[in-house]
Amino acid sequence: MELLCPAGNYPALKTAIDNGADAVYIGMKNDTNARHFAGLNFTEGKLLKAADYVHKHGKKLHVAINTFAHPGAQHRWQQAVDDAVAIGCDALIIADIGVLDYAANKYPEIERHVSVQASTTNLAAIEFYHQNFSVSRVVLPRVLSIQQVRQLAKNSPVALEVFAFGSLCIMSEGRCYLSSYMTGESPNTVGACSPAKYVRWQETEQGLESRLNNVLIDRYKDGENAGYPTLCKGRFEVDNNVYHALEEPTSLNTLELIPELYKMGIASVKIEGRQRSPAYVEQVAHTWRAALDRYQQNPGQYQVENKWMATLANLSEGTQTTLGAYHRKWQ
Amino acid sequence: MKFSLGAPQFFWRKENVEQFYQQAKESSADIIYVGETVCSKRREYREKDWLVLAQELATTGKQVVISTMTLLESPAELQVLKRLCNNGELLVEANDLSAVQVMNELNMPFVVGAAINCYNLATLKVLLKQGMTRWVMPVELSGDWLKQLLVEAEEEGVRSQFEAEVFSWGYIPLAYSARCFTARSENKPKDDCQYCCINYPHGRRMNSREGQRVFVLNGIQTMSGYQYNLINEVNDMQAIGVDIVRISPDSEEAFEKLNAFRTQLTDPKKYPLDGQNECNGYWHKIAGMSVQ
Repeated sequence: MELLCPAGNYPALKTAIDNGADAVYIGMKNDTNARHFAGLNFTEGKLLKAADYVHKHGKKLHVAINTFAHPGAQHRWQQAVDDAVAIGCDALIIADIGVLDYAANKYPEIERHVSVQASTTNLAAIEFYHQNFSVSRVVLPRVLSIQQVRQLAKNSPVALEVFAFGSLCIMSEGRCYLSSYMTGESPNTVGACSPAKYVRWQETEQGLESRLNNVLIDRYKDGENAGYPTLCKGRFEVDNNVYHALEEPTSLNTLELIPELYKMGIASVKIEGRQRSPAYVEQVAHTWRAALDRYQQNPGQYQVENKWMATLANLSEGTQTTLGAYHRKWQ
Repeated sequence: MKFSLGAPQFFWRKENVEQFYQQAKESSADIIYVGETVCSKRREYREKDWLVLAQELATTGKQVVISTMTLLESPAELQVLKRLCNNGELLVEANDLSAVQVMNELNMPFVVGAAINCYNLATLKVLLKQGMTRWVMPVELSGDWLKQLLVEAEEEGVRSQFEAEVFSWGYIPLAYSARCFTARSENKPKDDCQYCCINYPHGRRMNSREGQRVFVLNGIQTMSGYQYNLINEVNDMQAIGVDIVRISPDSEEAFEKLNAFRTQLTDPKKYPLDGQNECNGYWHKIAGMSVQ
């Protein structure tokens, strides 16, 4: 089972490889990927350097081209595919059917992975991508229970990748327009959810307020831990009851599912967080490498260590973690 | 230009569904979508009931389309989908690629619903090859986006192969999750939801702590807090080549809206929108919840 780590810049990529990643995924410095944030991602020169470093260490490089091409600008997405292939990427992670079609026709020999943003949650949808674009892997959205993942793994004609750790997207990815409803910009169209330029913090008599494009997302009392106002993780009111109506600030952590994921033949476990620092990548990669190695050395004795959980909780939203949709009770 | 009634998105009691379709039958709608698109646990109407209802509606001369689920996760859900797709006569609206795959295997034409991510010409062309005959634009896209895409389709010589439909009135379907937010709002686990969303025939309002309507919770679906209203854009839509305007039946109001939208073609009038309850931002390429 591959450990696939995120890198938003070259130092993070080096750190991921040095700490045990089997593969790293990156994006380009434009709106062709779903982490299109200021100061993040790879220019052409850096792409080449990234590929060199990864390949020198015998590891793999995946390039995410996982937003949806705009009319009149499809060449930008095609160029991203061309550039990724030119630097020798090992796999393209693609969400847009049109871009996938382009890659499959032009570079049939380069592995194509269906991005989580393509929202592929069942066997017939997997077959669609398999038959039309000969994809070699599908990344599953974070909406399936572990039983549903097992069912799919048993029957899928292509390898599956699942999210293992990181910020928890609670909607079927690629089909969530909450961000553009509030700001005009969504992961699909501009490559960002709840974009930072719409965030505003304000001290008020009632407490510290976070807003997204002027909509009140949360309000914190003194001493309360204030998090980034991702719009699905704020406190809202439903019939006079104020609570985290959609989800609390929390991160996904599946260390305890490692034995099951191995047994069902999952190809890769993915760490979320291209927007995070090299220090985050170092700790997560290191911890996950240790856990995966421990399992492989002695599957029957595998147990999650408290210190792993503590390390990961510290790197999590709201310093708490969850099994998310994998666990039916969460649903 | 034609006008359609989308499939009701909320969970209604059987008698309310019957009443709704009775009105739909007598309404001015040209096209009626029928079926459950949000949650497979909702079984006031089962697949057979939907098919019987659809066949009966089809006798009125209106076009009836079977609309299918958006988020399919289990083999059981796929089985139901396959049976609906294989109904033998009625057109099907695919709201997930699984339905595209099934319809293609059956070699039958289909509608691509708004929840399928078709953002550009290259994607349209792939879907046309699969058998798409109608495309409902993703809800977050603008009039300019649509205009450009339809021009590109014309230039490529494929525009005549499909109809373009736009979600134009009603609460906008914005997101789908594994989690049921209505059950969560009642502190119930999803596995024991007791079908509580049937008690909210207009969804549950989720407001900011300042009382602003932010979203509407509808089971595993999250909808816009404001009702989308493109009544002032009907003629623009016609000018750029939109074939069908969709009214989403959130309430009894839908039939009134249907008539008002249609009247815009013959007797256009500017309607002021209420920014506390209505929006049209997506069409104008600004925040969806805004009004321009």
